[in-house]
Amino acid sequence: MDELDALFHGFAIALTWYNIGMMVIGIVLGIVIGVLPGLGGPNGVAILLPLTFTMSPTSAIIMLSCIYWGSLFAGAITSVLFNIPGETHSVATTFDGYPLAQQGRAGEALTASFTGSFFGALVAVLLITFLAPMVAKFALKFGPPEFFAVFLLTFCSFVGTGKDPFKTIISMMLGFGLAAVGMDTVSGELRMTFGWSELLRGIDFLIVVIGLFGIGEILLSMEEGLAFEGKSAKINAKVVLETWKKLPRYWLTLIRSAAIGCWMGITPGGATAASFMGYGIAKRFSPNGDKFGTGQLEGVIAPETAAHASGTAALLPMLALGIPGSATAAVLLGGLMVWGLQPGPLLFVEQKDFVWGLIASMYLSNIAGLIIVLSTVPLFAAILRIPFAIIAPIIIVVCAIGAFTVHSAMLDIWFMLLFGMVGYVLKKLDYPLAPMVLSLVLGDRAEAAFRQTMMGSRGELGVFWSNSLVGTITTLALLMLIWPLLAFAWRKIRERLAGETT
Amino acid sequence: MEQNSPPRGLSHGAMDAIAAACIFAVGVVMMVDNHRLGAGWASDGPESGYFPFRIGVILCAASLVVLLRSLFGRHRNHEIFVSWQKFKPVLLVLLPTAVFVLAIQFLGIYVASTLFIAAFMRVMDKSGWVKTLLVAVGVNALLFWMFEMQFMVPLPKGPLEALFGY
Repeated sequence: MDELDALFHGFAIALTWYNIGMMVIGIVLGIVIGVLPGLGGPNGVAILLPLTFTMSPTSAIIMLSCIYWGSLFAGAITSVLFNIPGETHSVATTFDGYPLAQQGRAGEALTASFTGSFFGALVAVLLITFLAPMVAKFALKFGPPEFFAVFLLTFCSFVGTGKDPFKTIISMMLGFGLAAVGMDTVSGELRMTFGWSELLRGIDFLIVVIGLFGIGEILLSMEEGLAFEGKSAKINAKVVLETWKKLPRYWLTLIRSAAIGCWMGITPGGATAASFMGYGIAKRFSPNGDKFGTGQLEGVIAPETAAHASGTAALLPMLALGIPGSATAAVLLGGLMVWGLQPGPLLFVEQKDFVWGLIASMYLSNIAGLIIVLSTVPLFAAILRIPFAIIAPIIIVVCAIGAFTVHSAMLDIWFMLLFGMVGYVLKKLDYPLAPMVLSLVLGDRAEAAFRQTMMGSRGELGVFWSNSLVGTITTLALLMLIWPLLAFAWRKIRERLAGETT
Repeated sequence: MEQNSPPRGLSHGAMDAIAAACIFAVGVVMMVDNHRLGAGWASDGPESGYFPFRIGVILCAASLVVLLRSLFGRHRNHEIFVSWQKFKPVLLVLLPTAVFVLAIQFLGIYVASTLFIAAFMRVMDKSGWVKTLLVAVGVNALLFWMFEMQFMVPLPKGPLEALFGY
């Protein structure tokens, strides 16, 4: 087993005092970020990314991925105790989590959701350990046409996920447009700089992420006029052990949600969709399905397991193919480029220490994360009792610093503010923001892959069907693109048929 | 505004239309600028403007659909986009933030954010002076220690820091 050898090598790398320290710092920061409104996985990682410029890539990714795990764990805290989802993927957790807290069973709900999260993550990490190297090995044979086809598949599969395909397309195209600003990497020509030299370097996706998700969220939270009135959480060893005793009863829900999460994470469905799907399917198949919403442990476990599995599995395509499965994974991928690593399947060959150090750290940090959240929940719940008028300006200051440090440019802080306002409006109008981040990060690379392909084939588009592999992926991508149309047509036909028979 | 008075202001649908129109304009700008660069197909494949030009086209087309739907669609949303009452706190954050960003240029980020946090706490939270000073100065002292001393990441600094030789 090559993978096991590599994994043990990875443990040796991850198990240094320095890296363990980074893990703990990352998880604690991640929980704080996840608990605070206005800060979440993507922009939390984006703000802290500049701090890692001087670290070794392995330690940096360990810390940043731990921030991600921390924020995934933390979503449940606010959902259960305050009925406010700290992250969008924990919306479904409020349905049964808050009723449980109202019944004074907050400790049970939190233990169940954390353990569910842990289980989901563990399944996803196991999947990454054994599947990612195979995918990467397979992808080593990829040339530019295959890569472009995979990019195309990613983008096209996003179109079908949103509520409104047109708004998803707009969001994605805005991302592509922003990515194109600045110097063209292939020809060196200046695009859309309008004679403004500051735009030469382009608009960094980190600025956009900090603005859209950070400032935009703060503005939204202000509008909702947040007043946190939470239930208190008492978690002690007795509650934890008693809840753990009940959990094996829900093994089917755990496995089902973990599977849904893994699938939604690898295909860019995202943690939010996964958590809703996990909840919905558990509700349909559970014998207690009709009691969901009144405070069922199962109703907390199902969405949390799926969300965490999906968040973790989103790193699989990021590592193996260089294509992130979620907005936070997209920011981490941006980090790879900042640290001077070339994302893609070659990582598994050239950067063994980095890849396996990260994978090993995922095992360790989820165990550490589980222990930390179980033991410190009251502390983090207390953060939410600090008035928002104190938290809000501090978050804005931190966002501004994060935006400035990316390129040491004052203009970027203004851009952050601009994107904050844009994010506020777009979010209120139900535009999905994740496709914008994805296309902003991948836009340049997708374009470069396309143009390299065209140079190779002397402008023949037929190259995308030149062999069975690339042909299959391209066809699949185009199918995904017209999928909403097909589904719409199918529904209409069935309605018509149903109308005729009656 | 009283609770039972009819809500005034922009409807959700109208805001949707305005946003779509703005996005349409962005699409047009992209098309014009990239057409100038050359959006055609050269002998070695697409020119620089090829991709962005087509993205502009798609943006225009998709925003047109959203625009038409928000104006003439069957499921128009007549709910109010944001009531003045709810928008006021948003402006209360947005405007000071803009002033804060402007102030960074003249005072440096540490002084500006001390003032920003302090002003926010005094006005919105009605905190006492001692608490305000402790939080505002404390947070910035921590940030200064972290960025200037630990991570050696220089942030914008103003006259006050210059006084201390930074």
